[in-house]
Amino acid sequence: MTRKLILSSPLLEITISRLCQELIENQIQDTETVILGLQPRGIYFAERIAAELGKQLNTSFPVGRLDATFFRDDYRRRDTIAPSTTDISFLIENKRVILVDDVLATGRMVRAALDAMNSFGRPAKVELCVLIDRIYNRDLPINADYVGKSVNTLPTEKVLVEWKEQGHEADKIWLITQ
Amino acid sequence: MLKSPHLLGIKDLDEESIHLIVKTAKEFKEVLNRPIKKVPSLRDVTIANVFFENSTRTRLSFELAEKRLSADTINFSASGSSVKKGETLLDTVNNILAMKVDMIVMRHASPGAPHYLAKHIKANIVNAGDGTHEHPTQALLDTYSLQEKLGDLAGKNIAIIGDILHSRVALSNIYALKKQGANVRLCGPSTLIPKHIQSLGVEVSHDVKSTLQWCDAANVLRIQLERQQIKYFPSLREYSQFFGITRQMLEELPKEIVLMHPGPINRGVELSSDAADSPHSIILDQVENGVAVRMAVLYLLASRG
Repeated sequence: MTRKLILSSPLLEITISRLCQELIENQIQDTETVILGLQPRGIYFAERIAAELGKQLNTSFPVGRLDATFFRDDYRRRDTIAPSTTDISFLIENKRVILVDDVLATGRMVRAALDAMNSFGRPAKVELCVLIDRIYNRDLPINADYVGKSVNTLPTEKVLVEWKEQGHEADKIWLITQ
Repeated sequence: MLKSPHLLGIKDLDEESIHLIVKTAKEFKEVLNRPIKKVPSLRDVTIANVFFENSTRTRLSFELAEKRLSADTINFSASGSSVKKGETLLDTVNNILAMKVDMIVMRHASPGAPHYLAKHIKANIVNAGDGTHEHPTQALLDTYSLQEKLGDLAGKNIAIIGDILHSRVALSNIYALKKQGANVRLCGPSTLIPKHIQSLGVEVSHDVKSTLQWCDAANVLRIQLERQQIKYFPSLREYSQFFGITRQMLEELPKEIVLMHPGPINRGVELSSDAADSPHSIILDQVENGVAVRMAVLYLLASRG
């Protein structure tokens, strides 16, 4: 097993800053935009995006956590995955939702998240923001609107994101070959 | 991941599994508070609720849990069925399974009935109460409700008061509480406390007042007259004089305790009305948590396929 570093500080901060610039360019507004981090690891990235947006616009955006475990399409087809907490303390009805995850690969998790989100209302618009886009890995017709870094990976490879908030020394994104 | 494909009793469940079920139930409780309270997880699972004994809460709770998980459900009750014509338990269940049913939720008056079934059929089995033996989902929802109020149960003092002898809720709760390191004290008339129950590591008392002073939470049980073939105490009136709990007794305690009851309550016997409706009582929280806990059990068992 080999691991190759594909993104870390300070480039990561620049990437996050650039993604926020793109969001601002697309006219997000604190009154009608909400940020939803996808459990388990998208929540850290969502917090970073929200913090950086807050800094750049001098305001704050509501951030929620969405867990789509109960909406997965591989339930009973693989080992059970323990669910994480969903915490959405605001309404998403008629809001512009920025769905945030760390890695976009097959697109199945995003599909599940879109379904899970419906339980909370009908958003006016949903956009997807990911840190790493594993291109050519998609099983479903899903694409991200905002991409931190695109990587071309083999199905046998894995992208591992380590956040400081999880107890790691520094933020690091690895490409792991088995 | 649960180690067994069935939930037959708390006796066979380890502490880790109890925590997994409670943790999963917590996430399902959040689902139950959404505007749309349904998830699609069990949409390809068919569940039969097979009730050979009467039930209101447990049956409704299981049925609602199954519907919230998008499972297909069928209901069977012994009254008005071919059981009355002499069909055996195994034949009845095998006939239900022949209709492509994946899970059986069963209540039966005979202790061990679900264990017997688990040996002979392929479906996942959930014990919804077998006679005076076990009622695992009730103990799990009691655990969850207690944890919500008291946090980690290790070292906490929990009293179970009432008809212990005929109570499956008591036995399942004793197993669950002991596995989590809680101190358990049983309280009731000596005729309603099984002999040798101390071998499970519990204390026994016959004095309600001192038991209430000792405990952090009291789980009060109903007198199960329907299971009592002989007289265990002179009269209900005398029982309530000695073992009934009133609001005044709760308010005279030095600290606030949590009051639980698995239902149905016989108001004025084991609990006075003002005690049952007091702020100490979490009886309706128990019912609410029951749906979430049963969703967690079904979700975790069905995931084993």
